[in-house]
Amino acid sequence: MAAPESRVLDLLAARENRSQLRIVTCGSVDDGKSTLIGRLLYDTRAILEDQLQTLEKDSRVHGTDGDNIDFALLVDGLEAEREQGITIDVAYRFLSTPSRHFIIADTPGHEQYTRNMATGASTADVAIVLIDARRGVLTQTRRHSHIASLLGIPNIVLAVNKIDLVDYSEDRFREIVNDYETFASDLGFSNITAIPLSARHGDNVTEGSARTPWYTGAALLPHLESIGIDDTVDGEPFRFPVQMVHRPNLDFRGYAGTVASGSVSVGHEVVAARSGKSSKVVRIAGRAGDQPRADKGDAVTLLLADEIELSRGNVLAARTALPNVSDQFEATLVWFDDDASLMPGRPFILRMASEEVPATVTALKYAVDVNTFVHEATRSLSLNEIGVANISTRSPLAFDSYRDNRSTGSFILIDRMTNATVAAGMINHPLRRASNVHWQALDITKTARAEAKHQKPAVLWFTGLSGSGKSTIANALEKMLHASGRHTIILDGDNVRHGLNRDLGFTDEDRVENIRRVAEVAKLMTEAGLIVLVSFISPFAAERLLAREMMEEGEFVEIFVDTPLEACIARDPKGLYGKALAGELKNFTGIDSPFEAPQSPDIHLKTEGSDVDELAQSVEQWLRDHGVIH
Amino acid sequence: MLSHLDHLEAEAIHIIREVAVTCEKPVMLYSIGKDSTVLLHLARKAFAPGKIPFPLLHVDTTWKFKEMIEYRDRLADDPNVDLLVHVNEEARAQGIGPFTHGSSLHTHLYKTVGLRQALEQHGFNAAIGGARRDEEKSRAKERIFSFRNASQGWDPKNQRPEMWSIYNTRVNPKESVRVFPMSNWTELDVWHYILREKLELVSLYMAAERPVIEHDGMLMMADDEARLPEGAKPEMRMVRFRTLGCWPLTGAVESDAQSLEDIIGEMMVSRTSERQGRVIDKDEAGSMEKKKQEGYF
Ligand SMILES: Nc1nc2c(ncn2[C@@H]2O[C@H](COP(=O)(O)OP(=O)(O)O)[C@@H](O)[C@H]2O)c(=O)[nH]1
Repeated sequence: MAAPESRVLDLLAARENRSQLRIVTCGSVDDGKSTLIGRLLYDTRAILEDQLQTLEKDSRVHGTDGDNIDFALLVDGLEAEREQGITIDVAYRFLSTPSRHFIIADTPGHEQYTRNMATGASTADVAIVLIDARRGVLTQTRRHSHIASLLGIPNIVLAVNKIDLVDYSEDRFREIVNDYETFASDLGFSNITAIPLSARHGDNVTEGSARTPWYTGAALLPHLESIGIDDTVDGEPFRFPVQMVHRPNLDFRGYAGTVASGSVSVGHEVVAARSGKSSKVVRIAGRAGDQPRADKGDAVTLLLADEIELSRGNVLAARTALPNVSDQFEATLVWFDDDASLMPGRPFILRMASEEVPATVTALKYAVDVNTFVHEATRSLSLNEIGVANISTRSPLAFDSYRDNRSTGSFILIDRMTNATVAAGMINHPLRRASNVHWQALDITKTARAEAKHQKPAVLWFTGLSGSGKSTIANALEKMLHASGRHTIILDGDNVRHGLNRDLGFTDEDRVENIRRVAEVAKLMTEAGLIVLVSFISPFAAERLLAREMMEEGEFVEIFVDTPLEACIARDPKGLYGKALAGELKNFTGIDSPFEAPQSPDIHLKTEGSDVDELAQSVEQWLRDHGVIH
Repeated sequence: MLSHLDHLEAEAIHIIREVAVTCEKPVMLYSIGKDSTVLLHLARKAFAPGKIPFPLLHVDTTWKFKEMIEYRDRLADDPNVDLLVHVNEEARAQGIGPFTHGSSLHTHLYKTVGLRQALEQHGFNAAIGGARRDEEKSRAKERIFSFRNASQGWDPKNQRPEMWSIYNTRVNPKESVRVFPMSNWTELDVWHYILREKLELVSLYMAAERPVIEHDGMLMMADDEARLPEGAKPEMRMVRFRTLGCWPLTGAVESDAQSLEDIIGEMMVSRTSERQGRVIDKDEAGSMEKKKQEGYF
């Protein structure tokens, strides 16, 4: 039977005006998160009949509660999750009550899935931290609370679950709440509300329970309905990251994007953060035609009075409160990658609001112990670790501190090879203002210096295993170039390690730094107009890419000296393979440290069966063909 | 202050624009149903007053309702829309169909394989779709930008973290993303939006007297007399559809709801989910996840 039409329209109108609350549930595995969400969905009638039938069927097969409905199965959506009885990834669930829409992110409890928890927490207004009343506050409780605090979630609901299993004991409840409040006092939450409940039996979930007469506060759902969320935009500084320049025809040139904070109206003055140029908003093309004003969250197209230099990645802001503009800042990072750890010096792609730039973590200041919050000195961050680092970007960014603005103060780091999202970052503060960074303007240019030498500067980067023949070929080539009057220099791995890089060892971190320094030196030498021959094992693709990107387009020539490992071992000119195989030399490339062969080198030299001079000549020919020398 | 639907609409527009600006070769999957209708409307808004900067792709199974195809062909005449249609010709040549080969093989070949073929043929590396998280359990786990490996498979245990509304749209050659701008919409939101924006739908969504037969415990519309199972005797009943797909696989529900308001009213008191009418999801709860790992939308 259908509801009468006018009533339908009333209900829809009411639905439109309900506020939205985003919740993340967290806590250790088995504390009952999935059960709690399942219970909330069931009690608010958000589960439909056919879903309930599937649930009953699944409960008998995979359930942990005999023939009773196992609510956890409602949210554990992946086959592996149902089989192993654990949550692996975030599930998003939707729930509406007459006063609010809720989006609930159910996140996994296992430490190895912390990144999935962070995914769910990044957009939440409230975190429900579950605790098993028998087990009390655990490491995961602390870890998740810490992440919730880092991500700026203001409200915590401490759900002391399985209260049925501790005989509805008030003392136990108080004890847990005390523990939690003591440890969370440094986390800066604006509100912590503790509720004793039983997800399985429904006590204090949607309604107060007679079995906890000592608890006089609100049950979970009414509490969630009443939490105040700050959604006022007045007084918030206006931020509009330009998503795209919209130019469908000659009469329309606008800047499309989503208002990240504050609001803007027709007639307002706005400033392009990176250039400082300002203009006036003359028109706001909205989702349903023109509109006089746009608030936070709205996707619109702004048309300005003047043609100012403005493209994707720039931020329009209010004149009275401008964002920072800098190419260096300090940030807190949560590391997500299980394949490799974070090492200073590695290049990444940094992505924020609407900007994407190459970036490097220049220094790792410290790691934070999630249990004790103690800062510890560290040289790398591994999976799920949190640390504070300095970051430098190829070009200046417009940003705020995360504390001030969750949208314009957050970013992710992306691996350059795999494109995996390897870290989440929250900006603490800028390290210097870009406007203070003036390059010394030089009168004699690089080109002028190179032309005087009748050549183009280049970096010939020989990469390959130890003993593959890099130095031999580089030497032969340099002789040829020198003989024909070219100006060259060789940077050899072994030699540089005796001087400039004397302080570096062979750990992964040190190898990265080794390459970074050599690349910087090579770059200076190109400024001098030289042809630089670099002969370095340089085993990691990411570092070779870093070096390539430091040079000008076309200047970097990757030469892969390709000799099979067995051949190098057989040659073993310096006796190093012998030592490494005997275990006397650690982290030796090819033996117990990887060599990432170039996928598409500019020049590929297969040394076996070839003559050194022929190989050197083939490189010289390549340089001729590509106009480096004439 | 934005209303509930305004929020959803703005979020979807932002996501669609993000695809257009950062993905190399995007396409929008278009299935003719209500969700696709909403998605198309959102895309028009995202680029108004301009043209949608990517094509639409309909993966035809050769067993769609006649009326759906008519609706689609009318859309193809719209100068602002570039519509591609793909059919798995090998499956058609073999005469694959749901009655003769079963629903799962039919769906696999025409939909999953068909989609894979079309994406590969055109080299699309970002496909926007109208799926929502409230539809099904494994969908509830999916990211808005959902990464697919070089064989178009989904690895649910290894999804990219998706922090804030910063989307990682980068892929290597052969890899791709599926993008779901309506992830956070519910079925009721979709209907409400259709009503608010006055969108025209295939009329099969509204109740009317239609010829139906009972088949496999489901009310099947006799959409193509010539292809009905043998001995089927259609009778006229007042029915409508909550979701549209292949006519032999999409169950009709008995209903009097002839207007959008009626449908929404019916939904507000209804206790079953829209996917219930679909034969392909019924087998077991994990079946959608399996299909998605193979490249189904
Ligand atoms: N007695 C009792 N058992 C519970 C309660 N909440 C959850 N459980 C049980 O604890 C186990 C783990 O719950 P689950 O929801 O899967 O935990 P998750 O890993 O946090 O999602 C299941 O067997 C639940 O039935 C509760 O309040 N009381």
